[in-house]
Amino acid sequence: MGLTYEFDWGVLWRYPYGMWLLKGLGLTIAIGMAAWIIALALGILIGTLRITRYRLLRWFGTAYVEVLRNIPLLVQLFFWFYAGPMLFGETLSRKINHISGLNIWVSIIGIGLYTASRVAEHVRAGFASIGRDQYQAVLSTGMTQIQMYRYVIIPYALRLIIPPLTTEFLTVFKNTSIAMTIGVAELTFQSYQIDADTFHGLEATTGAMFIYLILGITVVKFMNIVEKKYKIQGLVGR
Amino acid sequence: MIEIKKLNKWFGDFQVLVDVDEVIERGQTVVICGPSGSGKSTLLRCINGLEPFQKGDVTVDGVSVADPKTNLYKLREKIGMVFQRFELYPHMTALQNITLAPMKVRKWSRRKAEEKARQLLERVGIPDKADVYPANLSGGQQQRVAIARALAMEPDYMMFDEPTSALDPEMIKEVLDVMIDLAKGGMTMLCVTHEMGFAREVADEILFMDHGRIVERGTYEGFFNNPKTDRAKEFLAQILD
Amino acid sequence: MFDAVGRNFGFLMGGLWVTFQLSFFALTGGILLGMIVGLARLSKKPWIYYPVTAYVNFLRNIPLILVIFWFYFVMPILVGRSIDPFPSAVISFIIFEATYFGEIFRAGYQTISKDLVNASYATGMTYWKTARYITIPIAFRRMLPSLITQSIVTFQDTSLAFVIGLRELVRRTSIVDNLEVRSIELYGFAALVYLVVCLIGSQISHYFEEKGRKASII
Repeated sequence: MGLTYEFDWGVLWRYPYGMWLLKGLGLTIAIGMAAWIIALALGILIGTLRITRYRLLRWFGTAYVEVLRNIPLLVQLFFWFYAGPMLFGETLSRKINHISGLNIWVSIIGIGLYTASRVAEHVRAGFASIGRDQYQAVLSTGMTQIQMYRYVIIPYALRLIIPPLTTEFLTVFKNTSIAMTIGVAELTFQSYQIDADTFHGLEATTGAMFIYLILGITVVKFMNIVEKKYKIQGLVGR
Repeated sequence: MIEIKKLNKWFGDFQVLVDVDEVIERGQTVVICGPSGSGKSTLLRCINGLEPFQKGDVTVDGVSVADPKTNLYKLREKIGMVFQRFELYPHMTALQNITLAPMKVRKWSRRKAEEKARQLLERVGIPDKADVYPANLSGGQQQRVAIARALAMEPDYMMFDEPTSALDPEMIKEVLDVMIDLAKGGMTMLCVTHEMGFAREVADEILFMDHGRIVERGTYEGFFNNPKTDRAKEFLAQILD
Repeated sequence: MFDAVGRNFGFLMGGLWVTFQLSFFALTGGILLGMIVGLARLSKKPWIYYPVTAYVNFLRNIPLILVIFWFYFVMPILVGRSIDPFPSAVISFIIFEATYFGEIFRAGYQTISKDLVNASYATGMTYWKTARYITIPIAFRRMLPSLITQSIVTFQDTSLAFVIGLRELVRRTSIVDNLEVRSIELYGFAALVYLVVCLIGSQISHYFEEKGRKASII
């Protein structure tokens, strides 16, 4: 240890810094949840598009997934935040730029769109892991296509992909940290702010790490309950 | 009666079925055998319209499968089908597997559907497995639930696609016994299987397929004791090994 | 249309070069450390298994940005002087990505049958020799598609070094945008660059997946 460094763990709870971290956590959860709702709805839709028999819809689904998951989320957020309003033309873009909390809205939408591409992949994989004979077995009993999806295929596929969806759900909260780059005062942003104020960024970021850890454990516990409720009995190896 | 007339099917450039002709009368049991890739499973799937075909036709009780005006869903209600890998719905119990189609397609009440389902489970010999999920059943038990699921729609015809080839030897008999029982009870059946003991006991006709064609047909004795083609001789030598 | 990009092309490509350099070090270090982490996660010795498992599970719950910050704060204390963003970023990436690569390797090692390992032991090979000549080479081939996929993710992740001021592609794009105010074309260009590189990467991954399937090692 060369440099002498005086640790001051008090920044984690001393006024106003403890409050900053809590506020940051609140925003992290709020953005994460909102983005997750977009991701889940859009992801299931796009994942289903990719197995329809209409070539154009399939092509659109594939293009969406390939583009969104091959560009870093940071670049996507910058694009939506700085370039996004300009896409609407000059007059409208000026109005958009005056929306209060624009960066928060952009991060919810941006993270939602990005995560949807990942959810779509899991949904598609879920459908694909159900064998062709399983589909035909449903039809052989006289059920229609819609009945087949509604009663057998979709309930089955969603149960199959609960574990990877849990991982994505966790990742959404972690990814909200990238919103700090467009000035959203979420948890990581706040811990960095404490450094600017006190030069005790090490303690602040360490504290933030543990808050993320607790958040992650909570999410996993919650998803375990969901999984237990919808678990397919006796099915192993997942 | 099922009539297959000059049926031809291609997967891309590859012809899987070539000029298949066959008539299956009510009450008959027809066994189809042949090497893998000979088109047996595809033939079954053409009969209930799960696979489209390009030429020829299949009629079931006079209703054409090729006719675009035919409601295939309606047609499938009277043809039960049993698959090689059972294909039970893994997120439903045995009972729910059996009652789903009667309730959703035939619009039966839950009570009626469950009553029927329990009768069928009794008939296939596993009345105590109603509330068990597929993953907790043995292969033989799963296949018997699958047979019950098909029978629940009260079909006029039953098709079996290698129903015992995914089973351990000790479970094959329990499934075959159910099938023999069914055949003797007068069900019209089409079975893709290599179980020659089953064929001997109940088959009215045996079809031997190779490269998409029916190359031999006849009674069990005729086919087994006196195969005409070299392919059939080779095949019999292999499966009796 | 792309004249703002054209005027600053050299500067931006210099950023891409930094991105590639950072990716190279992050991947080399992350994969090597990941191999060891993967083995340690299968170890039967509790003093190896538990600390490494704790390290993996901890970091997988933490956003990468925070890890980058943390190392940026902790490095000066460890070395006793202020430190450039580049080495700090390299270290954060190696430590962070190794947890992800480690899980891929662990899954890969687990696909190798016990009797194959026993066969190696039977010829007199030690645990580490078996790992070096049998387990790791086979697992590596089986895991190649996942490794490439995670490498693409790592390549994208390097953009986050932006936050400690490293002048990689995104940081340079934002510097140019501050001067030129041509956000659509500049960020569009950066997005395109990442898209092209990553699509090439995923094609390579597909190729190995097909090849592996044909050789039936997957």
